Amino acid sequence: MALVESSTEGHRSTPLIRWIKSILKTLGTLAITMLGLLFVTFIIGRVMPIDPVLAIVGERASQSTYDAVYQQLGLDKPLLVQFGHYLWNVLHGDFGNSLLNARPVSEDIARVFPATLELATLGVLIGIFLGVPLGVIAAVKRGAWIDQVARVVALVGYSMPIFWLGLMGLLVFYGILGWVGGPGRLDIFYEDLVPIRTGLILVDSAIARDWDVFRNALSHIILPAALLGYYSLAYISRMTRSFMLEQLSAEYVITARVKGLSERQVIWRHAFKNIRVQLITVIALSYANLLEGSVLTEIIFSWPGIGSYITTALLSADMNAVLGGTVVIGLIFICLNIFSDLLYRFFDPRSK
Amino acid sequence: MSDMTLRQWLLTDEPTSRRHARLASFYKGWLTLRSNSMAMVGLAILVALILTAIFAPIIAPHDPFVQDLSSRLLPIGAEEHLLGTDSLGRDILSRLIYGARITLYIVALVALIAPVAGLLVGTVAGYAGGWVDVILMRITDIFLAFPRLVLALAFVAALGAGIENAVLAISLTAWPPYARMARAETLTIRSTDYINAIRLQGAGPLRIITRHIWPLCISSLIVRVTLDMAGIILAAAGLGFLGLGAQPPSPEWGAMISEGRRFILDHWWVATVPGLAIFTVSLAFNLLGDGLRDALDPKDGGQ
Repeated sequence: MALVESSTEGHRSTPLIRWIKSILKTLGTLAITMLGLLFVTFIIGRVMPIDPVLAIVGERASQSTYDAVYQQLGLDKPLLVQFGHYLWNVLHGDFGNSLLNARPVSEDIARVFPATLELATLGVLIGIFLGVPLGVIAAVKRGAWIDQVARVVALVGYSMPIFWLGLMGLLVFYGILGWVGGPGRLDIFYEDLVPIRTGLILVDSAIARDWDVFRNALSHIILPAALLGYYSLAYISRMTRSFMLEQLSAEYVITARVKGLSERQVIWRHAFKNIRVQLITVIALSYANLLEGSVLTEIIFSWPGIGSYITTALLSADMNAVLGGTVVIGLIFICLNIFSDLLYRFFDPRSK
Repeated sequence: MSDMTLRQWLLTDEPTSRRHARLASFYKGWLTLRSNSMAMVGLAILVALILTAIFAPIIAPHDPFVQDLSSRLLPIGAEEHLLGTDSLGRDILSRLIYGARITLYIVALVALIAPVAGLLVGTVAGYAGGWVDVILMRITDIFLAFPRLVLALAFVAALGAGIENAVLAISLTAWPPYARMARAETLTIRSTDYINAIRLQGAGPLRIITRHIWPLCISSLIVRVTLDMAGIILAAAGLGFLGLGAQPPSPEWGAMISEGRRFILDHWWVATVPGLAIFTVSLAFNLLGDGLRDALDPKDGGQ
């Protein structure tokens, strides 16, 4: 009796259990990957040629002071214990103090992160609103001039150094034409005019209804955001095109056409509807790439985000800050990756 | 063979030896590639780049390191300096030509290290299976999930700036996709009849992997490497631009852009010209890679 019950029960819930199992497995992967990231950054921090003790006590400290700090930092403990200590601290949001300004790295990162978030978000929005339609049209009019244009746009995007394109953009649109604001987030006389709520200047100034600041911020962000948007457009439009081509050659599309549906309905109501899940995963990946790609862009535009923060720290050998920034970007990157994976599993019936 | 032209010999359906078969399939691949004009443009650019690098001392009109402060920041088309001079009066064209050597050096090193490391990890994981597979693939996944440029930055920070360290950092972030690919190929090849036949004849794992599995992974690896080259060039240039790759006075293209950045509004050509060079070369790799994919790997060709 029990056997029969459990077998029917098992039969009914097998897909669900399998699905939950796969989710748990994904979460396990997430945990292991994050552990791996932290381990790698930990090792990088240990093999670096800078002596962390010397950086604190200075060159003229006596041997006993040196030893005291050495022990205080836990450097006399086995490597695994040190790693456990590091893990514990990072899990509590403690990346140590910056060697430059002695402030906690986590505070610095919290301060600069909104700038990167604002830039990357606007960039990915531009990429979506231009890239998706371009990809769809390129697939529908396969081989036509618009398809060729889309191909060239993507190819150039894959081949162009982003920092160079940024410089050229500054030269043309700021230096020659004067259409946009220069480097930085705001002109200096607009700074500190609106109270910081979210750290996103466009949002903050809109809340404060200070449209002068809003316009100024927009004139500064539009060029770097367009630049990042171009790179995400190149990727998104290519992926959209290949997803759409796959759908348009499916039999249900022929059926829909035979039924007499208009071409617009076939494309948007049927084919496009079926690629939405794939598209969302692509967009999540593209967003993750933009957070990373903003490093070089931020340098060019003197954008005070996490990319600038890491690079400045790098050049002044501020290892805690470098590793803290790397961990934060890495964690976001991994989370977005896993998120897109989960989303795909959740919405795509075939993967259940 | 005497009454056959070389072309007929290469296009035969009945190869007479192993070498013959190999040459014939290579020739057929070449014919497909040759019909792709964009890939040929890419190939031509890369051949030109290689020739430029080899004959740099002959082609370059000036010494790339000699400074001449009296003729600094000359514009494009200036007398004796076709592409102008930089802030120290060095001839930009000559620096560009010598920079081709550095670009090729980086590309060649990464193309050697990353795919070979990936091939090793992937084939061993795929062939051994079990725990070895799980552990190696977990490590691969971890590296695959990292943001590449940021990780390369952190590596360079730990190793110290310099061109070799940049190569090492880029390789460390570039090998995982190759490992994934090699493993997938190994898994399909491992269970085939001819591998079983060789195993029954007494071949050990080492011989099977090196003599029978590796050769079959090569073509997909080559396609992937060529497509990755553009990204590698951009990453190397990015590191150079940040001052973490090749160090001054080395004429590395990314570092040249970084030098020219300070004068971008008044002397635009100093940063513009090396950027065009980077763009041209990585575009060439992308074009050739697309063509190679269509020629060697027809299954996902043409998208």
